[in-house]
Amino acid sequence: MLTINVNGSDRSVDVDPETPLLWVLRDAVGLTGTKYGCGMALCGACTVHLDGQPVRSCVTPVGSIGAAKITTIEGLSPDRSHPVQKAWIELDVPQCGYCQSGQIMSATALLAQTPKPTDADIDTAMSGNICRCGTYQRIRAAIHRAAEIAGEKP
Amino acid sequence: MSAATGAVTRRTVLKAGAAGAGLVLAIHLTGCQKPGAASGERKLIATNAWLRIGTDNSITFLCDRSEMGQGVYTALPTILAEELGVDPRRIAIEFAPVGDAYKNGAIGAQVTGGSTSVRDAWQKLRVAGAQAREMLKSAAAREWDTTASACRVENGEIISPYGKRLSYGAVAEAAAALPVPKDIGLKEAKSFQWIGKALTRFDTPAKVDGSAIFGIDVKLPGMLYAALAQPPMLGGKAKTIDDAAAKAMPGVRQVVATGSGVAVVADSWWQARKARDALKIEWDGAATTALNDGAILRGLRLSSEKSAGLVARKEGDADAALKAATRVVRAEYQLPLLAHATMEPQVCTADVRADGCDIYVPTQSQAAAQAAAATAAGLKPEQVDVHTTFLGGGFGRRIDVDFIPAAVEASKAVGKPVKLLWTREDDITHDKYRPPAYDTVAAGFDRDGKLVAWKLHLTGPSITARVFPGAVPAGAVDPFAVEAAANYPYDVPNILVDWVPHEIGLDVGYWRSVSHALNCFVAESFMDELALAARQEPAEFRRALLAKQTRHLEVLEVALRRSGYDKPAEGRSRGVAVMEGYGTYMAQVAEISIEGGKVKVHKIVCALDCGQTVNPGIVTAQVESSIVFGLSAALWGEINVQGGRVQQSNFHDYRLVRMGEMPVIETHRIESDAAPGGIGEPATALVAPAVCNAIYAATKQRLRSLPIARHNLA
Ligand code: FES
Ligand code: FES
Repeated sequence: MLTINVNGSDRSVDVDPETPLLWVLRDAVGLTGTKYGCGMALCGACTVHLDGQPVRSCVTPVGSIGAAKITTIEGLSPDRSHPVQKAWIELDVPQCGYCQSGQIMSATALLAQTPKPTDADIDTAMSGNICRCGTYQRIRAAIHRAAEIAGEKP
Repeated sequence: MSAATGAVTRRTVLKAGAAGAGLVLAIHLTGCQKPGAASGERKLIATNAWLRIGTDNSITFLCDRSEMGQGVYTALPTILAEELGVDPRRIAIEFAPVGDAYKNGAIGAQVTGGSTSVRDAWQKLRVAGAQAREMLKSAAAREWDTTASACRVENGEIISPYGKRLSYGAVAEAAAALPVPKDIGLKEAKSFQWIGKALTRFDTPAKVDGSAIFGIDVKLPGMLYAALAQPPMLGGKAKTIDDAAAKAMPGVRQVVATGSGVAVVADSWWQARKARDALKIEWDGAATTALNDGAILRGLRLSSEKSAGLVARKEGDADAALKAATRVVRAEYQLPLLAHATMEPQVCTADVRADGCDIYVPTQSQAAAQAAAATAAGLKPEQVDVHTTFLGGGFGRRIDVDFIPAAVEASKAVGKPVKLLWTREDDITHDKYRPPAYDTVAAGFDRDGKLVAWKLHLTGPSITARVFPGAVPAGAVDPFAVEAAANYPYDVPNILVDWVPHEIGLDVGYWRSVSHALNCFVAESFMDELALAARQEPAEFRRALLAKQTRHLEVLEVALRRSGYDKPAEGRSRGVAVMEGYGTYMAQVAEISIEGGKVKVHKIVCALDCGQTVNPGIVTAQVESSIVFGLSAALWGEINVQGGRVQQSNFHDYRLVRMGEMPVIETHRIESDAAPGGIGEPATALVAPAVCNAIYAATKQRLRSLPIARHNLA
């Protein structure tokens, strides 16, 4: 038994410590918002935060996590009220939507580090996330918009 | 199943056969109420195949096309709602089961593809909405002792001449018993309330919080997980299977030899996957050991040289005109195999019981999925219920149903629901690939420099003959092989477009824009070659030959003007391409520079006329999406085969455009009230020729094969 902290709650999971976090989240914890795209840290679909840092959960053995706090797309906000989610809705970013959990987790991590990112910052932070539907232009605009929304906050 | 809420465990009692008008169906609310519990029961009234009105005044649309990013989940209910007289945003959406009513009239089967969803639904769903509205009005009018024509509707209510109101739900049951009215006039475009407005997509909220249920997310009580060992060479078969090591691994329940490979069933997918990799399988790959890129190309070339081809278009006498021409230009073009690489790998969850089977699957082809599952389960098709999830991308890949039987066979073998998920490597190495092509093209000018002959000789395999056996009779042209070729728009007196069907020894599939992406590259690149021969500027050359094609001409003019085509910035070059596909007219201008022997695409300006638009926001998104799709293919896309084995396996060697490589995309839509054109695909096809024409402008190098990365640009 391993205990991991997911979205603020401790969860005990009975899995081999070598199991990638992605599959623990999806199949053991039951949080399926985090997606599988490549299993090789090539696409970013599986991105979650460990203590606020974006990681590719498909190559992160669950046993290596220790007490780090895991945040998944489900833990970002209870009601889609995170500025990134708001901006994503406002600009209608998703198409098939499959990559979007990972895109949003990368974008939120970027904005936490860099509240007013430049296009170059966005290129760097987001180039690990593939969108086969090609929503990049809207993602870029939505990140700028999210920065604005976050700035408006009282 | 309500994909938006993820309540996939509810067995739908709605069968397509029972979806006719006038039926009253009692079903239970999604969620946790027990069947029969008073609070959980409502009546859903089927006014037609697509619409269920609840006695609680709920309105549910049965979406009979798969949502794979292209926006049907928003566009189709909008079309119906316009005539129904309801704000489309208050309509609940479920995916339709298999049923005759749900056949795509443009295809003749229940298929989402061919950029047909809106075009097929345009009349059908407006009529369905109008019929339901009139029936509801009639039922309310009876209550009020007035006439239907004296009543009007407003967002889900019928209003009497004296201002009394009844909700749709209150009269739905009575309405469903009325005859279906005929010959109802439909709204004029100018009075559309919802159609033509950029409503934000109805599936967006569920796609920003992780709650949208894709195929990979399905979870059933007692479900097990499976990974599949498929032959590493195309068409291989397992000769011997040693599963001792795999079976000894933790969580493994069973190893099942299926028709498409060896499935390992385990308590979790990761355990199944680990154990799959521990299988020792000897494969018989004799069928395809000789299959490789060189042999495929040689075969295509040989067929091209040997055969005249089946005629797709003939006007005048191109051969004679070429003979008589003062100047003839000829070229050969070739295109590689491509993978779809949907972001969600192939997946299917099956629950096989003695008397029936449910499959939960991201599919573009529900009836074919049902048939495939029935065969695998040894059941009749009507014993299989197909539950369509959201699709993590489709692009034509999920018209094929090859990933379904193994899940069904595994579930049947273990007697439990099984979710069988492919790895990315499985997905790239076992695709139904976009066919390659080898094409020759010739054109002739007369003494006055007028273009008098165009002869395009295409060679490649028929996708349609494989996917729909019997659909392409011997000696007939596969219409999906000659797109953007048979409709050559330029004013040339002698035109011959023909096609040599040539099978290549592996399965080919429909890939976004199908042969438009092949043939537009050839035709529009060669148009630039001809402009050069004629010493004319490429856009000017096209413009003169499009004088009679007003819609082509208009999009060309808009693209040129909006891109500032005539004055590229310092160090930048531009190329143009024009095409009609799916009833949509389009022109693109690509702006590039060459940096370190490589092309950098800075901007793509797309002008289009897709007729009447249901949702302009989604149209723009689809143009952007298609351009990125086309750009990945143009720059890097190729699948190589050696000894029957696909050489690429994951995103490191099947490269796709990423954020840092994105050009700016500008979409300029021309307002039009012509019939709607398709928009999910066409923009894909113009990218390669526009970019390659720009590369020529920059380097004087004419690229007659793709991908661009194969060429050294100086
Ligand atoms: S699934 Fe983890 S990066 Fe692709
Ligand atoms: S929205 Fe489909 S892969 Fe990104």
